[in-house]
Amino acid sequence: MPFEQRHLLGLEGVSREQLMFLLNTADSFREISERDIKKVPTLRGKTVVSLFYEASTRTRSSFEIAAKRMSADFVSLSASTSSVTKGETLLDTARNLNAMRPDAIILRHYASGAPHYLAARVDCPIINAGDGAHEHPTQALLDLLTIRARKAQIEGLTVAIVGDVLHSRVARSDVFALRTLGATVRFVGPPTLLPPELREWGEVHHNLHEGIRAADVIIMLRIQLERQGKNFFPSVDEYSRYFCLTQNALRYAKPDVIILHPGPMNRGVEIASDVADGPYSVIMDQVTNGVAVRMAVLYLLINRPRAQLETETVSEEAIAVESAAAAPRLRRKAG
Amino acid sequence: MAANFQPVTSAKGLVIRGGVVIDPASGVNGHRDVVIRDGKINAVTEPEGGAGADLTVIDASGCLVFPGLIDMHVHLREPGYEYKETIESGARAALAGGFSAVACMANTNPVNDSAAVTEFIRERAREVALARVYPIGAVSKQLKGEELAEIGEMHRAGIVAISDDGMPIMDGGLMRRALEYSSMFNLPVIVHEQDGTIAGDGVMNEGAVSMRLGLKGLPAAAEEAMVARDLAILERAGGRLHIAHLSTAGSVALVGDAKRRGLPVTAEVTPHHFSLTEAAVGAYNGNAKMNPPLRTARDVDAVRRGLADGTIDAIATDHAPHHRDEKEIEFDRALNGIIGLETAVPLALRMAEETNITLSALVMAMSTNPARILGVPGGSLALGVPADVTIVDPARRWTVCAAHFQSKSRNTPFEGMELQGQVVMTLVGGRVVWRRADV
Repeated sequence: MPFEQRHLLGLEGVSREQLMFLLNTADSFREISERDIKKVPTLRGKTVVSLFYEASTRTRSSFEIAAKRMSADFVSLSASTSSVTKGETLLDTARNLNAMRPDAIILRHYASGAPHYLAARVDCPIINAGDGAHEHPTQALLDLLTIRARKAQIEGLTVAIVGDVLHSRVARSDVFALRTLGATVRFVGPPTLLPPELREWGEVHHNLHEGIRAADVIIMLRIQLERQGKNFFPSVDEYSRYFCLTQNALRYAKPDVIILHPGPMNRGVEIASDVADGPYSVIMDQVTNGVAVRMAVLYLLINRPRAQLETETVSEEAIAVESAAAAPRLRRKAG
Repeated sequence: MAANFQPVTSAKGLVIRGGVVIDPASGVNGHRDVVIRDGKINAVTEPEGGAGADLTVIDASGCLVFPGLIDMHVHLREPGYEYKETIESGARAALAGGFSAVACMANTNPVNDSAAVTEFIRERAREVALARVYPIGAVSKQLKGEELAEIGEMHRAGIVAISDDGMPIMDGGLMRRALEYSSMFNLPVIVHEQDGTIAGDGVMNEGAVSMRLGLKGLPAAAEEAMVARDLAILERAGGRLHIAHLSTAGSVALVGDAKRRGLPVTAEVTPHHFSLTEAAVGAYNGNAKMNPPLRTARDVDAVRRGLADGTIDAIATDHAPHHRDEKEIEFDRALNGIIGLETAVPLALRMAEETNITLSALVMAMSTNPARILGVPGGSLALGVPADVTIVDPARRWTVCAAHFQSKSRNTPFEGMELQGQVVMTLVGGRVVWRRADV
């Protein structure tokens, strides 16, 4: 079943079937990144523009690499070096870019709802690379892909999300998707960072050991050190004493627990260095899977469904591109 | 649209026939004729009584006839923000909404913290000769919340109340002195209750919806903490406290308790706070962003009950015009506030229908009590009072289309909504200053 949405704004309300379809598609793109020549012509001739209003290492480079491995042209804009510095509004920026007819715009913005705002006002597909504290759908998808690769299925797993849930878009997207797929979610952290409304989505714990007891999966969230100044916790040291995931704390989780972190990590603050680099950590797998997820998202949003193709001129080239995209799967089966 | 504003005057006067007159201050609720002579109410008689046979007739059959409605909380934006609204366009919007009078807040540019700005506003209102405009002066100089503004001077220039609305008065000591000092002039202190330190950067009500949308929340506690503080100060300082735009169940309870103890406090609620919940934010609709924010169903219920039992004295719109570029943007950046003059009456009628609030109680909240609290004429159709009259067709169905509003601004969450009940005529001082064109 094709992914029917024009945009990827979030995972809230995305059905189980659509999530599975996204994950399966991402799975099929994984092997491209293991090849010697990491290139398929699937999105040749397509233009992808990324517009980032916030700093990013992983997400931005991951999207760029994903697009380029699919042969798309990739244009990267950072707000800090654009006319945003001259006061140009988000809408004007997006409209101007849209007028250059890109095939997708990837947006990361500090205001929750910014991609939704744009999706209603420009006709280009919008991919949310993180909006304020709201959602980060591709991050959650790669989290799911990583969990599934180690745990066979998501349903029935106990997943503990540890840290600053209040301000985390990763946490929200993870929660929406995990609950849709039948996992049980728990939240761990100080009361200042875990609002009471979270109880609607899962158990709330203020004790790390209790919170991760018998957990199959632990998702660590980054603590923003600036929160200290706003009285969410008195000091990084104190936060760390109570909520840092150490080898010792890990004893309370299941013996085959896996640990995720969206990055960037504050080593020694929310996660001990030896845990981050240890055998239970799948943090590097997350990053590798991120490229596959973003290839899948770009592919599904940019390649129009069959019905729409009929209204466009179907060239020989387009047919060749379509078959090439199908090729990876065929080759694997033959081999 | 100009055709709506051609005054219908007859040298001698007018008689309004055929309507149902609701005037709780005079104990009237039923079919009456209203006779107006020399700009004043001359008689309110049984129909077919023959009074006013010599006068021009206004046919109000099928309509409700109220004493002119008074909106005691609007932002007219002039001086300084004329691109959003002017005294003239705001006064037109008021008339179209059935308000023969409005009281306008001081957060203009320059701030109305002086006799000069107060006089400017009054003079401008006189020039446009539309709805009555009563200026509200600032409590503190420049609305900074530090030093008292020259309340006495502004009183002489004609303010009807003082308020730093837009800004909370964070300094309890200043709040105390403002209540004490204003009592010398019998001016109510109108307060925007919000503890800024609790509110933080909140952009909508703090709760399940803000959690889902990833928006910073503004907890009910920010309002309630300030209400509690100011009631405690009121008890010592005296004066008159009027709480603007009450929005939470907790605030209603605090005010109710204070009234039972005999404290001189009054309160108002906006139509959007008795009509909408935080769900109206939907997919980040900037036209559903205001301060105080839309709250939960439980809070809506509580303010409705507050109106029904008299805990809340008045309905006031907090009409806050903003340009489209200030509202149709990323939610975090959208300015707070929505227009309200031209949707207030149908929303109030709908609320009355959905609850056990009578039309008399509505008129008390929208005319009688505002007049009393501000100490301005009107609020009733008693003999000899200025003939400010609002005529409403309660059956008329219409769809909200802000592009057709008299206001310069369009920022309403009710766009496209079907409402029932519309003002068809508004009289000020016996002149028909507004009549709906397609009537």
